[in-house]
Amino acid sequence: MAGLLSPEEWQVVVLSLKVSGVAILIDLPLAFALAWLLARGRFPGKVLLDAIVHLPLVLPPVVTGWMLLLAFGSNGPVGRFLLDTFGLGLIFRWTGAALAAAIMALPLMVRAIRLSLEEVDRRLESAARTLGAGPWRTFASVTLPLALPGVMAALVLGFARSIGEFGATITFASNIPGETRTLPLAIYTALQIPGSEGDVARLAIISVLLSLAALVISETLTRRSGQRKAGHAL
Amino acid sequence: MPFDVDIALQRGSAHIAARFRVGPGLTALFGTSGAGKTSVLNAVAGLIRPQSGRIAVGGDILYDGAARLHLAPEKRACGYVFQDSRLFPHKNVRDNLLFGWKLAPAARRWMALEEASEFLGIAHLLKRMPRTLSGGEMQRVAIGRALLSGPRFLLMDEPLSSLDEERRGGVMQVIERIRDELALPILYVSHDRREVDRLADHVVTLGPDGARVTPGIRTSDGPAARRAALRPVPSTPHSP
Repeated sequence: MAGLLSPEEWQVVVLSLKVSGVAILIDLPLAFALAWLLARGRFPGKVLLDAIVHLPLVLPPVVTGWMLLLAFGSNGPVGRFLLDTFGLGLIFRWTGAALAAAIMALPLMVRAIRLSLEEVDRRLESAARTLGAGPWRTFASVTLPLALPGVMAALVLGFARSIGEFGATITFASNIPGETRTLPLAIYTALQIPGSEGDVARLAIISVLLSLAALVISETLTRRSGQRKAGHAL
Repeated sequence: MPFDVDIALQRGSAHIAARFRVGPGLTALFGTSGAGKTSVLNAVAGLIRPQSGRIAVGGDILYDGAARLHLAPEKRACGYVFQDSRLFPHKNVRDNLLFGWKLAPAARRWMALEEASEFLGIAHLLKRMPRTLSGGEMQRVAIGRALLSGPRFLLMDEPLSSLDEERRGGVMQVIERIRDELALPILYVSHDRREVDRLADHVVTLGPDGARVTPGIRTSDGPAARRAALRPVPSTPHSP
């Protein structure tokens, strides 16, 4: 297996997995909080928040990348703060690629978690309350376990989306070998070089396999949760 | 007075006024559908907040509009048996039964798992998941879960309505035994006259012009039998 890919290609795969893994870890708490607000909250401006959360899904990724540059670049307010306070640089760094992937995956994750939260039967939460569980325990022992398949699906979907992220990453974090050159960027780079069709094909096949695996896992999780819910109807 | 309720509720466009004080035993909340029976039950459980009034059970004040007191449901020690059982689908029968038991302070646990599962005839179901149970089994587990949470009173919302005729008899016997052997005050919502006649010590009829309290007739046994504690399950013409 190791012989199938060159060291540079392995580096690309490992970097892609690292960037995507960090991206969904950043996203998880944020996506859960947003999904909760959108599923359960009642507040003015909810429609607007919903729209803002979904923006990265419909904006041209290059626009998202440019906005990230404005906010998180060395001269952007957030970027300046992160660099001065934590020494955390984002531009031209894999951390920047992870941030771009996180922003692009966020809407998908919020959607998946929100759906699973909306499917949780609130009447079961009422039952837990009458049995002596306070709001937090009700959340931990009833709401969260019932929404868990959706949360897992969100992680897988977000991961797959991050693996494929291209436009915002190349705009914001650039295309630096070993640092921000993830799978799609490596494929794009190889395409620019005449005679490297074999490299393109190998990287493309890896992309397809990773995405396929993610979709199968996510679909299985969703279906399992559906079965469980159908099983308890009444 | 086990149940001392005087509340005004608004549900959608319907205004519900309920005022009743009843003695020990099983009190049926009777009335046509839409009269607000379940809403009154939910208010006693603390799941909804009345507009005004007062709710006391066994001398403990659970809600007092004037004093802005509204105890959270988990602080009311009520055992609520819902119409649709509401078993937790991700927990097996045993964990469902123990859900409230584990949360109750030790002093309030007046029943053990073995006792409850024997009482309800569900000992053989402990490892099963709720989705594999029949309606009657589900409802008995739901009753067990409520009893094991160490309640000071029980709320039952048409616990027989999702059951076929055959299963009803068994669950009804269980309810009679809870009423008589465990001597737990029960507030029981029903729209079925026969059920009310058989089970109720007191009948609160909810109507558009408020609540009316009448004594129950208890067709299954006389007042003497009712007073006798710890008697075996009565075999009555109604029992299957």
